[in-house]
Amino acid sequence: MKTQVTGLLAGAALSALTVSPLWAQELVIFWAEWDPANFLQELVLDYEDETGIVVTVETTPWSDFQTKAFTEFNARGSAYDMIVGDSQWLGAASEGGHYVDLTDFFAQHNVGEIMAPATVKYYAEYPGNSGKFWAIPAEGDAVGWSYRKDWFEDPAEMSAFNAKYGYDLAPPETWAQLLDIAEFFHRPDEDRYGVAIYTDNSYDAMVMGVENAIFSYGGELGDFESYEVDGILNSAENAQALEDYKRLYGYTPPGWAKSFFVENNQAITENLTAMSMNYFAFFPALLNEATNPNAKSTGFFANPAGPTGAQHAALGGQGISVISYSENQEASMKFLEWFIQPEVQQRWADLGGYTAHAETLSSDAFRNATPYNEAFYQTMFKVKDFWAVPEFAELLTAANQRLYPFIVGDEGTAQETLDLLADDWKKTFEKYGRSQ
Amino acid sequence: MADLVMTSLDPNSRAAARGWSDLTIRNLFIIPTIAFLIIFNIFPLLYSLGYSFTDFRASTNAPANWIGLQNYKELLNDDFIWRNFTITAKYVIISVAGQVIVGFGLAMLLNRAIPFKGLITTLLLLPMMLSMAVVGLFWKLLYDPSFGIINYALGLGKFEWLADPDMALFAIAITDIWMWSPFVMLLSLAGLSAVPQHLYEAAEIDRAGPFYTFFRITLPLVLPILMIAIIFRTMEAFKTFDLAFIMASQPTTELISIRLYKMAFLEWQTGKSSAFAYIVLIMVVGITNIYVKYLNKVKER
Repeated sequence: MKTQVTGLLAGAALSALTVSPLWAQELVIFWAEWDPANFLQELVLDYEDETGIVVTVETTPWSDFQTKAFTEFNARGSAYDMIVGDSQWLGAASEGGHYVDLTDFFAQHNVGEIMAPATVKYYAEYPGNSGKFWAIPAEGDAVGWSYRKDWFEDPAEMSAFNAKYGYDLAPPETWAQLLDIAEFFHRPDEDRYGVAIYTDNSYDAMVMGVENAIFSYGGELGDFESYEVDGILNSAENAQALEDYKRLYGYTPPGWAKSFFVENNQAITENLTAMSMNYFAFFPALLNEATNPNAKSTGFFANPAGPTGAQHAALGGQGISVISYSENQEASMKFLEWFIQPEVQQRWADLGGYTAHAETLSSDAFRNATPYNEAFYQTMFKVKDFWAVPEFAELLTAANQRLYPFIVGDEGTAQETLDLLADDWKKTFEKYGRSQ
Repeated sequence: MADLVMTSLDPNSRAAARGWSDLTIRNLFIIPTIAFLIIFNIFPLLYSLGYSFTDFRASTNAPANWIGLQNYKELLNDDFIWRNFTITAKYVIISVAGQVIVGFGLAMLLNRAIPFKGLITTLLLLPMMLSMAVVGLFWKLLYDPSFGIINYALGLGKFEWLADPDMALFAIAITDIWMWSPFVMLLSLAGLSAVPQHLYEAAEIDRAGPFYTFFRITLPLVLPILMIAIIFRTMEAFKTFDLAFIMASQPTTELISIRLYKMAFLEWQTGKSSAFAYIVLIMVVGITNIYVKYLNKVKER
């Protein structure tokens, strides 16, 4: 009995020592479960070699990443020291006091200059143009497209396409061409379909998909400074963009009503569609012959331009923030100092991470490293994002409730849908006192 | 009150041998239970009632402001919330009715001397023992339009069970019926085997037809126990989350519990979702009360 008590005391003393910041030998980074998190785990092994501090990347599936992260924040939990959080969370996490203010860190290390401008704007700054920073851009990401090169380059298909549409079959440069090609390859009797797009309405998947159309058609979600949405969200170009997104849904495989990144990669690996929308972060899996039998004949292109020539894409990706409740804030800051060094960013890119480091990103070595890096580089200067206000989830819910029945259920018109959504968003902004 | 219903301790029991009094045993067993209930059920219940009158959001540091009945007013005036209630009512009716018909039918079939009766009953109970999440995932595969076995077996081609907004709720209800009919069957079987055989013999002597026998003898005698099954299944169906959440994301399958989850843990509208939870609680209590009243009436007969 006595030895048991002594053992318990020793154990308690040991755990008390390990959580004390003076003895911090371990840092925990929380992220979603996907390939980039594995790359990051590999990268931080170097940090362990250099400093002896063990860094662990803890992950959870995407579907409950937001819930789990905010549950931990709300409980003021210190289980994680840093988090690679979604760009939309900036408002909620900064106003809620969950993130450590990194404005001084930015000034001290010139982070605003060394990272690509779009990544600083969307992954780090909140509110927009305030000069207050909450995260270090870590994983750049945006939506791009993959396509079946073998289908596109088949001479019979090429001549049939040219005869029907009057121009050559090639990766689309405009949304009009994208629609033509999707229509052309949509052959349900042959078990071949035109295109795979995002339709999952549980978080931001479908909204991101629609954003690709809206931004390239020259539209906006609203005025991010005055919170005005009426006349902007429900503009004529946005209605056209939504209408065309719904047309694309008509060219998807059967049962394509709850699809996100997994299904959209499957569309290519399972020979289902000619083209597929997805985040660049999921493209390495398409080049890997172990996960994609069509790896050799898979090509990539950036989100095409809209009718006005505008070309943009929806932003994915995340910045890395220090959590206010961490007991190892100082050690976390030291880690971030290490992370933003050019050599580390180069190694991050080599491992497969999408660096946001401007110099690494624009180097020829990076742009030629994979078939999609060039498209990624081009896209990262044209990205736009969703609202990052604390009530972003309510805005997403309203968007899902309005857009999904129109796209999948064929209810109402595009203009009606956007008018109703603009009204919902206006009410939400009024509720939180953002707009007059 | 507690002293009145308490029976005295058996002098030969182990507790008596240890010299424990009735009072000690009461304190030992009842007090921890009551403490547990108060800490984990009653306290959060009252605490969330308080929150339901505020604009509190757990995700921010802002203090909660008292806003009176605003949350309740907003929720009851929200068309989307009413749609969630309509969907839930539809789901409860379809799935409970289906379970009663299938479950009671199976019980009738099994309520006779057949070979391997025990084995068949056990096998029929299997779906009930599986995890909801697993059932949802594999029925999603069964329903798949491209390679699902259901379309193949029924020759339906590429019929979209879960992507079709009108069909998805039925598809989920079918899965629920598959999973929980055995539960109704089990209770019905207990009820059926308790029907005295001499009643059937008497009916036969009086030359009563099978329908007359069923509606005048079988059903009235099984009804009390069947009602218990229906109460359980209604309450469960009312709060279904996992099956619908895993199988489809159609707005036509967004049951109240899914909407509540999103409001509470994705949007972090803690105050409003507490109010929502209270509305749901009041409805469940109301519906259960109607059932219980009816059950008592049935028993009196």
